[in-house]
Amino acid sequence: MDFPMFHLDWLNDRFLIATIAILHVFINHGLAVGFVPYITWLEQKGVKNSASNQITDLKWDQLIYQKMKVAFIITTSIGAMTGVGIWFSAALISPSSIGSLIRVFYWGWFTEWLVFVTEVVLILIYFLTWKNANTSLKAKLKHIRFGWALSIFSWFTMAIIVSILGFMMDPGNWNTDKTLLNGFTNPIYLPQLLFRTPTALLVAGVFGMTLTVIFTKKGSELRSKAVKYAGQWVLVWTPLVILGAVYYWSVMPSAMKDNMSTAVGTMEFAQYYNLLKYFIIGTGALSILLALWAVLKPRSVKLVHVIVPCLLVFGFLGIFERVREFIRKPYVIGNYMYSNLLKVDDYPLYKKDGILKYATYTSVTEITDENQLEAGKDVFMNACSRCHTTHGINSIVDVFESMYGEGKPLSEASMIAYIPNMHNGRTYMPPFPGNQVELEALAAYIKSLQETGEVLEGVQTSGVDVNPNFTATSVSKELEEKNESEIALNKD
Amino acid sequence: MLLQANMPVPKDVPLPLPLPEGLLVTLLVVSFLLHIVFINLMVGGSIVALWAQIKGLKDKRFDEFAHEVGKTITVNKSLAVVLGVAPLLSINALYTVYFYSANALTGYAWIMIIPLVIIAFLLTYLHKYTWKALENSKRLHIGIMAIAVAIFLFIPLIFLTNVNLMMFPEKWGVVKGFFSALMLPNVWPRYLEFIGASVGVTGVFLVWYSGRKNYPVETIYNGTFSRYELKKLGFSIAAVGLSLQVLFGVIVLFTLPSKGMGFDVIGIMGVAGLLLVTALWYTYQSIIGEPEKIDAHFKKIVVAMLVFMVAYGGSRQLYRHKSLDKHQQLMAARTEAFEKRSKEVRENPVEEEQVLEIDPSLGDVAEGAAIFKQNCGACHQKDKKLVGPPMTEMVAIYADNEEGLKNWIKAPGKKRPDFPQMPGFPQLSENDLQEVSNYILSIQ
Repeated sequence: MDFPMFHLDWLNDRFLIATIAILHVFINHGLAVGFVPYITWLEQKGVKNSASNQITDLKWDQLIYQKMKVAFIITTSIGAMTGVGIWFSAALISPSSIGSLIRVFYWGWFTEWLVFVTEVVLILIYFLTWKNANTSLKAKLKHIRFGWALSIFSWFTMAIIVSILGFMMDPGNWNTDKTLLNGFTNPIYLPQLLFRTPTALLVAGVFGMTLTVIFTKKGSELRSKAVKYAGQWVLVWTPLVILGAVYYWSVMPSAMKDNMSTAVGTMEFAQYYNLLKYFIIGTGALSILLALWAVLKPRSVKLVHVIVPCLLVFGFLGIFERVREFIRKPYVIGNYMYSNLLKVDDYPLYKKDGILKYATYTSVTEITDENQLEAGKDVFMNACSRCHTTHGINSIVDVFESMYGEGKPLSEASMIAYIPNMHNGRTYMPPFPGNQVELEALAAYIKSLQETGEVLEGVQTSGVDVNPNFTATSVSKELEEKNESEIALNKD
Repeated sequence: MLLQANMPVPKDVPLPLPLPEGLLVTLLVVSFLLHIVFINLMVGGSIVALWAQIKGLKDKRFDEFAHEVGKTITVNKSLAVVLGVAPLLSINALYTVYFYSANALTGYAWIMIIPLVIIAFLLTYLHKYTWKALENSKRLHIGIMAIAVAIFLFIPLIFLTNVNLMMFPEKWGVVKGFFSALMLPNVWPRYLEFIGASVGVTGVFLVWYSGRKNYPVETIYNGTFSRYELKKLGFSIAAVGLSLQVLFGVIVLFTLPSKGMGFDVIGIMGVAGLLLVTALWYTYQSIIGEPEKIDAHFKKIVVAMLVFMVAYGGSRQLYRHKSLDKHQQLMAARTEAFEKRSKEVRENPVEEEQVLEIDPSLGDVAEGAAIFKQNCGACHQKDKKLVGPPMTEMVAIYADNEEGLKNWIKAPGKKRPDFPQMPGFPQLSENDLQEVSNYILSIQ
């Protein structure tokens, strides 16, 4: 409504955020939060297992350093930039929601930033001083202590961000008490943290085992020792992962329920929910299997054996993120703003007057027969385009065709009957915000999309049309009139 | 046409700023300066490293110099990124509508920053860690750095285009994509001024870097460069950068659109300019002076540059504030009017769709019919398949099994392969469910 709408009409806007965010979570959890303690632990093992006249086992130390180098390069490039990328993409696609969140969570994010700066400085020191620390035992032990400090700081950044994530999904809180503290006391905060912490450690272990197999020679003593340690690591954390995941999984329906008018979740949620169950069982079982094998027969572990569990644990993390995103619907901020970026509070007004009347960027303000399709396009852009495309992923034409029959001409009358009631059956959908003429225009537009195959370009290519009622000239004129009438009133 | 006639006035996010505006502005300017210093070192460092490595093809000692500069880039770039988060947060809070509107209007370029920077970062790592491995393929090695430099030179253009576009809402209606926004006045002079600054700051940084007591010049350069020569090289680089900066700074001043101008802005910018000239003058003195006195002016140069940055950053903020002041007032007025209207309607709801449309001619099943229309009618018709099967079929299945029908409505399964699955309606009360079942089963 108040922001020019960036729009990806094939890939889908959500897809952009999701790609960047999932990549970030993979790297943050698997290569930072979980990986640094894993590396530090192994570095310490090198010192412990070395001969008494040595500082550390240098061949071992070199292997651990190599692993850290991979994590260092990835976290400080892809990891750091996808973190910024979440802001960038959210600002493009969901400006009203991220703008509102920043106004409320400024200090939360500011604190997060301070912790994050510390984390990056520590990671630079930890990695870049590695080689120099190998000159004396004292320096090496100090270096290892740095590793543990870094581990704690990376965990803190996660603990804070989970609170912000939790708050967004905690219905009610946003409307009554906008403080970060509520994020920590949120009913799904603890389950999320108890799930994410061991999962990060598990992913790190499996990823570490993969790197070991890549960096070492087949059948070498070095490989078998490193694989065995990775196996032990995975074996310790997997039971906690299962416990954490089951706990998180068990509180999900209540988080879902609070967001929806229904007593139980929708069938779409039920599908995801069932899938999660299999992921927990599958990931848990495969991780334990891999770990036992690595501990008992480390010599026979090859890359092909590790790569599948490695992909699976990343997938495990990914699917939980997907479901968490889904739980949020139909809101982007619980009970405050719908996923179409319109505030719940403003719905009565939009329903009465229509949304185009209040849209800053629209070419149509009064709908007529001539401009109906243009109006429908503007309604679609303002009310649907955050989640739907015209012909791409989650295409609006496909959605209706799957209801009314593939390839069959869509009926405007059916869509007009369906849209105002869709949120009753499909509770993840926000209610349609507009009035009757806008509904008709939207239905006509969707039908024309099916007929013509037309696409919808975002403002990044086509620019914006400014609503003539909201130009500086109109607004200041209105303001002046209002002031004059107030002065006149005061005179009376 | 007057510009105002096409200047949009959006509503603001109707939430208060997280802290007093003055404090937020201070945080923005201070954190931005910290960020930009490291950005300068990253961009300037990569330019200098590329230049030195190319020069190193003929003069071996410059190759070593490039190697040394290259090592600093990967550290400075990490700090540059993390230090960017705080100003990003602050500008988002303070100028939400302006910043996001500019981002969206230049959307593709804006989001391309992420993959482009990742590529540039990975290339700088590749460059750093293949120094030995590619010793005999110098051209390839230089090529890696050249691509990174090209990317580093492009990214600031995207940022500058955005912070420029955000100040001119009157242009939002005419801009079509990044390239048209790039051509707005003042982007290019500011960009070239920034590149000058990057080289200048890097030069001064290299003087400090080479001058550190524990920096083993002898072991690294084997006598090919003395500490004095390295410092002189740093000052020379700084002189080139600062000269560019002075030149384009003057052009920036003359091409600034008049909207946010005032004697205060000009005054502070003038002071900033004088400081920059002072820094340049002392840099020049250091280059031509006696070798023993190479450090004599270093502190003065650093102080002059730091004060310049604060003054210049402050004047930019003042300019931004002044050019948006009027628009912010209009935006606040529109936001207030909208919130008031929204509240009025919210508190005096016109119940039109919530009320069931009862058709009294249906008698006993009138209420059920109304509930059906609201919840089921979109997919089910009397005797025709729409989305789901017609009501006549429901009657055929459930005529003697009312409980079965009710259970199905609450939690349907998937029965027909050629129909989409029906969503459940557990939100219907027991009474509504009874009424709607009565109505369905009354159909003949």
